[in-house]
Amino acid sequence: MAFKIVSSQCTSCSACEPECPNMAISEKNGTFVIDPAKCTECINYFDEPQCVAVCPVDDTCIIDNNYPRYVA
Amino acid sequence: MASQIISLSSIATPNNGVDLDEIMQQKAEHQGCGTSGGSGKASCGTGAGQGDLAPEIWEKVKNHPCYSEEAHHHYARMHVAVAPACNIQCNYCNRKYDCANESRPGVVSEKLTPEQAAKKVLAVASTIPQMTVLGVAGPGDPLANPEKTFKTFELISKTAPDIKLCLSTNGLALPDHVDTIAGFNVDHVTITINMVDADVGAQIYPWIYYKNKRYKGREAAQILTDRQMQGLEMLTERGILCKVNSVMIPGINDHHLVEVNRAVKSRGAFLHNIMPLISAPEHGTVFGLNGQRGPTAQELKSLQDSCEGEMNMMRHCRQCRADAVGLLGEDRSAEFTTEAVMAMDVEYDLESRKAYQSLVEQERQATADAKRAELETLAGEQSDVKILIAVATKGSGRVNEHFGHATEFQIYEASASGAKFVGHRRVDLYCQGGYGEEEALESTVIRAINDCTAVFVAKIGGCPKASLEAAGIDAVDRYAFEYIEQSVIAYYRDYLDNIRSGAIVHGQRGDAEIRQGAYVAA
Repeated sequence: MAFKIVSSQCTSCSACEPECPNMAISEKNGTFVIDPAKCTECINYFDEPQCVAVCPVDDTCIIDNNYPRYVA
Repeated sequence: MASQIISLSSIATPNNGVDLDEIMQQKAEHQGCGTSGGSGKASCGTGAGQGDLAPEIWEKVKNHPCYSEEAHHHYARMHVAVAPACNIQCNYCNRKYDCANESRPGVVSEKLTPEQAAKKVLAVASTIPQMTVLGVAGPGDPLANPEKTFKTFELISKTAPDIKLCLSTNGLALPDHVDTIAGFNVDHVTITINMVDADVGAQIYPWIYYKNKRYKGREAAQILTDRQMQGLEMLTERGILCKVNSVMIPGINDHHLVEVNRAVKSRGAFLHNIMPLISAPEHGTVFGLNGQRGPTAQELKSLQDSCEGEMNMMRHCRQCRADAVGLLGEDRSAEFTTEAVMAMDVEYDLESRKAYQSLVEQERQATADAKRAELETLAGEQSDVKILIAVATKGSGRVNEHFGHATEFQIYEASASGAKFVGHRRVDLYCQGGYGEEEALESTVIRAINDCTAVFVAKIGGCPKASLEAAGIDAVDRYAFEYIEQSVIAYYRDYLDNIRSGAIVHGQRGDAEIRQGAYVAA
């Protein structure tokens, strides 16, 4: 039910943080992390996940397979 | 004219199907709508002194090193890296790259909070009293981080009210923030505009993030150019001076930048800064990795010359880092790390800053007076000989740097109409002691100033002098610590005398290289 940020790829640019409609993103140990309990994959908010759309590094905000896909 | 034709053909890259005649025509039409060459406006920034600028505009630019070529010899600026987020992707930028030993846009060593930035500004302003401008230039886009950018402005306008505020943006979010910018009395905004044609833009910008959606290709470029033009018009309406930065990318937008120049000029931009693409594989950018080359010195100058008309061209840009500190030709950012700044006990003394700056004004006036007096000796001179002269300087408009210590050379064009700043070339420190000095000299300095007839230095050793002479470059130390422009004119006058007496034969110099690699600080 959530996206995650690959910390080794994160540039810590902070672009994703204000775009998240669920306030699920915060800075932790120099890079940004997504709280899986809050992430809704932007379903019902936007056509595409905002963290993915704004992130400057490809394949950095990705689906976290440890969680089932979010169902609205 | 002959030299223009040669340089134009060198702009055209092979196999791109561009018709040179068409470009010549385009260029001729473009120049026709401006003033003819050689007028007071045809110079870099505001040229020497107020010139024909309106008093209210002169007041805004006279202490801004980026908006006045003449001011950049005397005044310093700093950037604070409070804006890490960006809303577009450019093929010449890689946000993962971050190195303290390199100076180019988009690179910083550490990002700051607005509060840290405000403290840093006070610390720098107290240490460098000629620091007059604070800019927010990234490393992302200031307007993609509006809260951080404007909080920084708010704090600084309270604690250091004499410092000019400035920002540099890609323009995508600009129309949404113009009123806030005006509210903070920001009277200098730079927009990076690389195209006004979405087909060209699609080759430079892979995507943009706009209104909660990622747009790609032509559609992305169209939105970007529309927003940039709208933002530029809105700034102009409010009397905010706007500089346009354009990155010259051979084969992609080099010819097109003439059209960009026309588009931004008609919308009231004050100054156009055409910069060479910085592109190397180790930067990890799309252009770096796909082998896209940057322009040569001659290609860049030719394009800048062709855009020179009613609009001022900036040629003194050093393409600095988003956390640069100091005069444009130097970088003192390493002295002001967050750790160092936070440990400083800063007392902001407006009066001593003013006192120092009045000394700078005296020096500046003396420089201008010396140039004017020397220029009178060229009155009536009809020669069409033009030569380039490289100058080793630490600032203040004087020939005051040792050849071996120079990290850059300023380039002046000498002609019958006087001395004109036309650019600068960065060189590796060749004087690093030990071994390989001569090879370093050959490989970096000579290639960087190969288009110059002479190099002015405060001092130079016998070996490098001989190497330069072998390459056909006259190494001149007789103007040590004199004013640059006065010296350039004096040299030119002697040069013409020597041609007429038959002592020397004037010949065309070759092209020169613009440095691409990472800068390694001493």
